[in-house]
Amino acid sequence: MNMTLRALLGACAAAALAGAAAAQTSITVATVNNGDMIRMQGLMSDFNAMHPDIEVNWVTLEENALRQQVTTDIATGGGQYDVMTIGTYEVPIWAKQSWLEPLSDLPADYNVDDLLPSVRNALSVDGTLYAAPFYGESAMIMYRTDLMEKAGLTMPDSPTWADVKAAAAAMTDKDNEIYGICLRGKPGWGENMAFIGAMNNSYGGRWFDMDWKAQFESQEWKDTIADYLDMMTNYGPPGASANGFNENLTLFQQGKCGMWIDATVAAGFVTDPTNSTVADNVGYAQFPNKEGVDNHGNWFWAWTLAIPASSDAKDAAKTFVQWATSQGYTNLVASKEGWRAAPPGTRTSLYENADYAAAAPFAKMTLDSMNAVDFTKPSVQEIPYTGAQFVAIPEFQGIGTAVGQEMSAALAGQKTADEALAASQALTDEEMKAAGYLQ
Amino acid sequence: MARAVTPARKSINTAAAWTVALIIFFPILWTILTSFKPEPVAVASPPVFLNFDWSFENYETVIQQRGYGQFFWNSMVIAFGSTILGMIIAIPSAWAMAFVHGKRTKDLLMWMLSTKMMPAAGVLVPIYLIAVYFKILDTRFLLTIVLMLMNLPIIIWMLYTYFREIPVDILEAARMDGASLTNEILYVLTPMAVPGIASTLLLNVILAWNESFWTLNLTAFNAAPLTKFIAGFSSPQGLFYAKLSAASVMAFLPIMILGWFSQKQLVRGLTFGAVK
Repeated sequence: MNMTLRALLGACAAAALAGAAAAQTSITVATVNNGDMIRMQGLMSDFNAMHPDIEVNWVTLEENALRQQVTTDIATGGGQYDVMTIGTYEVPIWAKQSWLEPLSDLPADYNVDDLLPSVRNALSVDGTLYAAPFYGESAMIMYRTDLMEKAGLTMPDSPTWADVKAAAAAMTDKDNEIYGICLRGKPGWGENMAFIGAMNNSYGGRWFDMDWKAQFESQEWKDTIADYLDMMTNYGPPGASANGFNENLTLFQQGKCGMWIDATVAAGFVTDPTNSTVADNVGYAQFPNKEGVDNHGNWFWAWTLAIPASSDAKDAAKTFVQWATSQGYTNLVASKEGWRAAPPGTRTSLYENADYAAAAPFAKMTLDSMNAVDFTKPSVQEIPYTGAQFVAIPEFQGIGTAVGQEMSAALAGQKTADEALAASQALTDEEMKAAGYLQ
Repeated sequence: MARAVTPARKSINTAAAWTVALIIFFPILWTILTSFKPEPVAVASPPVFLNFDWSFENYETVIQQRGYGQFFWNSMVIAFGSTILGMIIAIPSAWAMAFVHGKRTKDLLMWMLSTKMMPAAGVLVPIYLIAVYFKILDTRFLLTIVLMLMNLPIIIWMLYTYFREIPVDILEAARMDGASLTNEILYVLTPMAVPGIASTLLLNVILAWNESFWTLNLTAFNAAPLTKFIAGFSSPQGLFYAKLSAASVMAFLPIMILGWFSQKQLVRGLTFGAVK
């Protein structure tokens, strides 16, 4: 072989090697259009500087479209996504199907023991973590301190439903378009049923007994729905059966709600002076319970980052997930946009941070609410399921939405409470029979 | 004899037509107005009509967050690609059915239309699996083929009705003069059917541009068109209506401009053969 040819071959080999070293792995991240996710997309330069070999492509979708597409992809092994944003409802179900890559070998500096115990439990199956939490939430009462003062009332830190009802009655001033209480009414398992499910937990109720028989005929469900309808009819805003998180957020920000009981993450929005007219007058209290029932709704949700087993770039995906859910990322957000913007509800260290406590007046109540959650036992009664404001079985999406429609119809006055509960009982039993839970 | 149209009657008709047009156009107008509002104003109650601080901020945010160029290009390729591919197949098919009428032509046409009656969700998983098998998921190629197949029955039906209006005698005359089949289709039939072909083309580009089931489900990032661009701006937690409106305006504006410029062709095509 002559010299020229050999040199040429050598050069080719060197070029090929260099090419391989600089080759980029690209990963596709599917996510929802929430403020914290958008903020992360804006901070990607930090990740790119640390990992120039990983290119991150974003696919942002509406929550239900995301759920549908990711499910299709994962069930058929399509492998379109390397990281996906899913909730606490999906993680245990999908992990049991072996659809998710376990996150078992996380490095020491990730400090997995720093994750809030309730969050870590909810994202683990048999002790193995299957998704990393990006931000977490429970539910609490947000109320107008100025209106409470005007009414001559004080809100206890842990009010009962009777306290809430009295406060709603006192603050309602329909002539000035001020409604004592705003609650979700829009039908959907993640909409009105998230709230009603949690409310029923706090009344001592349960979705199913140990034989998977639906419990809508129980006294707890009857009391829950009667009080929900009573409060919303007398002290709620008009057209409440169409209100979800965003609609109530708008009403509260415009000063039309005395109280709003919803996800803790809302606190960051209602205290944001650019969009909220009541930012300086918001107080917080724990999700109410019925007298004598030791359960504060057990509302729990976390948006998490998980890696599907079908991904062909798992290492790069893991690197990204670790970066996005690390303490380092929290510090990065704080340094760029202030502590108030830090993703809440995932790490103990955030709540031990004095700067965060000073910047976020809702921090303590958020932490207390999250610590009160027991994902393994959302009801005070004996139950065959785990979950929170939802039941962690695959059939729940369909059942929850159908029951949600009944409840929304009752709120709109198209049905009585008894009719809605009877219809819910019938449709749930039928569904559970078809799915093989009930004989 | 045509009935005399009195001026009073004419002005009533005009007023009625404008009212209907405004009602139909109102959602689009509202979307455009909302896209210039700040988020809290977009959901204000009672709604604010014109009296707000107009700004392009939503457009800037939308482009900055997601980009636009790639989505737009994908929509162009998929919409025009699938329609042109469909036309290439449909023109000879429609010619055959219009001029060489067989015993089973009607059945064939009905069968083609019947494929549109199946709900798309019913065939999602099989098509998804085929795409996974051939490794063509999230490619413009797949979307072009799938949308072409979805719209092919409509293209053939539309062309068939237009072609039926053309007198066979003219084609026969061309044949007598020695025109080959290709020449007959290219130089005699096509020029006479241009209004029909143009409106078929345009309508199917619009259908493909607006198609959201397949384009949302079969793409992730590389082939994602404008439908996916819009879908990302709805939010479970937080205000988003103004930004969503801005994204929608950016998605429908190109096709609206196209429709505006070709409305003459479109109207001519749609009323083609209506007056004998």
